[in-house]
Amino acid sequence: MSAPLLSVEHLTMRFGGLTAIDDLSLTADRGKITAIIGPNGAGKTTVFNCLTGFYKPSVGRLALNHEGGEFLLERMDDFRITQQARVARTFQNIRLFPGMTVVENLVVAQHNKLMRASGFTALGLIGWPSHRRAERAAIELAHGWLERIGLVDRANDEAGSLPYGDQRRLEIARAMCTDPVLLCLDEPAAGLNPRESAELNTLLRDMAAREGIGILLIEHDMSVVMGVSDRVIVLDYGRKISDGTPLEVRSDPAVIRAYLGEDYAAGAGA
Amino acid sequence: MPAAASVRSALESAFRSAALGGIAALVLAVPLVGLETLDTPQGLGIAMRWDWVAKAVAIIVLGRLIIALWPAIPGTHLRIWVGVGLVTFIAIAADWWNGRPFRVDRLVAGLAVGLVLQAIVALRARFQSRNGREAVRSPAAIRLDRWLAVALIVCAALLPLTPLADRYIIDLGTTILIYVMLGWGLNVVVGLAGLLDLGYVAFYAVGAYSFALLARDFGLTFWECLPLAGFFAAMFGVLLGFPVLRLRGDYLAIVTLGFGEMIRIVLINFQAYTGGPNGVRSIPRPTFFGHPFTDFPEDGQVPFHQLFGIEYATFHRIAFLYYVILGLAALTFLFTERIRRLPVGRAWEALREDEVAARALGINPTNTKLTAFAIGAMFGGFAGAFFATRQGFISPESFTFIESAMVLAIVVLGGMGSQVGVAIAAVVLVVLPELGRGSVAALPGMFPEPAATVVRVALGLLPDFGIDLDLGRIRMLLFGGAMIAIMIWKPRGLLSRRDPSVALKVPVRAASGAGGQ
Repeated sequence: MSAPLLSVEHLTMRFGGLTAIDDLSLTADRGKITAIIGPNGAGKTTVFNCLTGFYKPSVGRLALNHEGGEFLLERMDDFRITQQARVARTFQNIRLFPGMTVVENLVVAQHNKLMRASGFTALGLIGWPSHRRAERAAIELAHGWLERIGLVDRANDEAGSLPYGDQRRLEIARAMCTDPVLLCLDEPAAGLNPRESAELNTLLRDMAAREGIGILLIEHDMSVVMGVSDRVIVLDYGRKISDGTPLEVRSDPAVIRAYLGEDYAAGAGA
Repeated sequence: MPAAASVRSALESAFRSAALGGIAALVLAVPLVGLETLDTPQGLGIAMRWDWVAKAVAIIVLGRLIIALWPAIPGTHLRIWVGVGLVTFIAIAADWWNGRPFRVDRLVAGLAVGLVLQAIVALRARFQSRNGREAVRSPAAIRLDRWLAVALIVCAALLPLTPLADRYIIDLGTTILIYVMLGWGLNVVVGLAGLLDLGYVAFYAVGAYSFALLARDFGLTFWECLPLAGFFAAMFGVLLGFPVLRLRGDYLAIVTLGFGEMIRIVLINFQAYTGGPNGVRSIPRPTFFGHPFTDFPEDGQVPFHQLFGIEYATFHRIAFLYYVILGLAALTFLFTERIRRLPVGRAWEALREDEVAARALGINPTNTKLTAFAIGAMFGGFAGAFFATRQGFISPESFTFIESAMVLAIVVLGGMGSQVGVAIAAVVLVVLPELGRGSVAALPGMFPEPAATVVRVALGLLPDFGIDLDLGRIRMLLFGGAMIAIMIWKPRGLLSRRDPSVALKVPVRAASGAGGQ
């Protein structure tokens, strides 16, 4: 093991006078699930937006390493980050393509692969075999993911017509179809019932183990965080206040103070 | 008792709504239709037309009453007969009121129209119950669609050979096909990529002027210019695309609107080259691969009719133009239908649905949007080149905003993204104003025979108020009314259903999977 999959160094993001993230450094590894937690407004989603190129950080270095080389995410366009650095993400408020079918959502995610196979449309127009093969493979991959998230029988329905929990899982599968090495999940368990969030735990563990990807997870649901994370990073007001295994973090006075207030921490300490 | 109470409350609310409508109609009708300006010796005088006001109020009150009571009528079939009966009654009452003899054909018309409507409703109910509402249609339905499309194309291709094809019909068909092609081209930009383009006519103009000027200054023929016209229009599409990449919705619409006007104004003012408002004259007419359609060929040319050893007729040229645009439109259809199912087509739809999510999946929004603009513009350019050779003369006047609006209306009314819907909408929007040329009495004469009888019978339902209904005078009113009607009953366009670009064949796969294990 040489360099970690993702290493964030001295990330700072300012919006005018507001410092949303203040000198944050963290790493994430392959096959591991790293949770980022913190009270509302702590800057968790902003970290994701910096990682995926939606924001350009004010200061900092975001380096991602995989077989393809080293990528400095802060210098790349958002769509190139997915395409070349292979970082995928989901959104806090689900962003599927509601008017397209479930399987189309998964095939769209394989856009760059299919574009190359279709000779950037030219070969696809004349029905070149490489394109037809690639499209069959893309549908096959989508089918595999639908089986894993249990949505095969809804494959040809409009994505917007799915129930909330299914939409969440479909969004994760769609992000996985871009063939990422790092997956950023923004509150994947929000709005799920206990059974669905237990299923989500299994899926996430399974993905980290089988695909060997690194997962960054923002989550409020502590049963998910404590159940699946290998490591937990706690943010408060844009600063990292704790970093360790779930057990370590749970008993960290700084975390208790941030979540439950100064008095409670003093009481618990005494 | 509850039934009686509900009837009473329905009646009550119906009468209240009718009374309110009547009051509103009175307030509006007094100044709008009630006042008549008179030319008196003292100058302009004003007289009241109370009878007009009374008629307007009566129509509104009765209309509101019918609309309000309509939902209370149980069952679609009863509604049909009540509606048809009402219209028949009004027609007969109007005859009686004006002292004309009773006409049996009105009753026949009422009966016939009612039966036809009932049959349509019954068929639709059967079709819908069998088809359900699943997103992926059954193979049988898709096959039926394909056969329908083939049948339509064959009919269109055979049309000039049938006896009912005269110059007018073929010309009308050519115009329809130009709009169908423009609609399909714009559909790529608006329907698939979701980029509202109000200046599409600019590309049409670029195509037309490309051909006109290349032919005038370099002597190129139509077939040499056609690809060039498409290419230039596509380049202009990219040129427009670049600055508007970051814009969406209303802002995009405004910039494209401005772009369309810019092209037109440049054409007017670049006099030295484009001829300004005088346009470009004597654009070469199309030739049958070098054989002109003329009775007086230049030296060394073999005209079309000699080539085939037939009598010279101007109809040949018109029919040839028709076939050219039919071919171009078919090409557009095949191309757009195919590209919709390619990765780039899916990326267009993804960008339309959610641009942020599309970027997060690694879709390059710049390239994807520019491709949409370029391809849409290219087909506009082809259509423009055809338009120039068909007219033989073009001027900036042919490329005003109203053309853009017409094409956009075709796309929107057809159902965004639906190819067949766009074709139907083009037929409706081009033919509808044409029907308005002439009086109602002449209407059956505008159709070929079996349809003419149908129209003649249906017209028996039209009440005769002793006014000569000159459709020519109200044709744009009818046109607008039809557009409003479509938007009320079909708010997502005539055909709003979308065929997925890929489908997972679930049952087949499950069966084979089970067999394999």
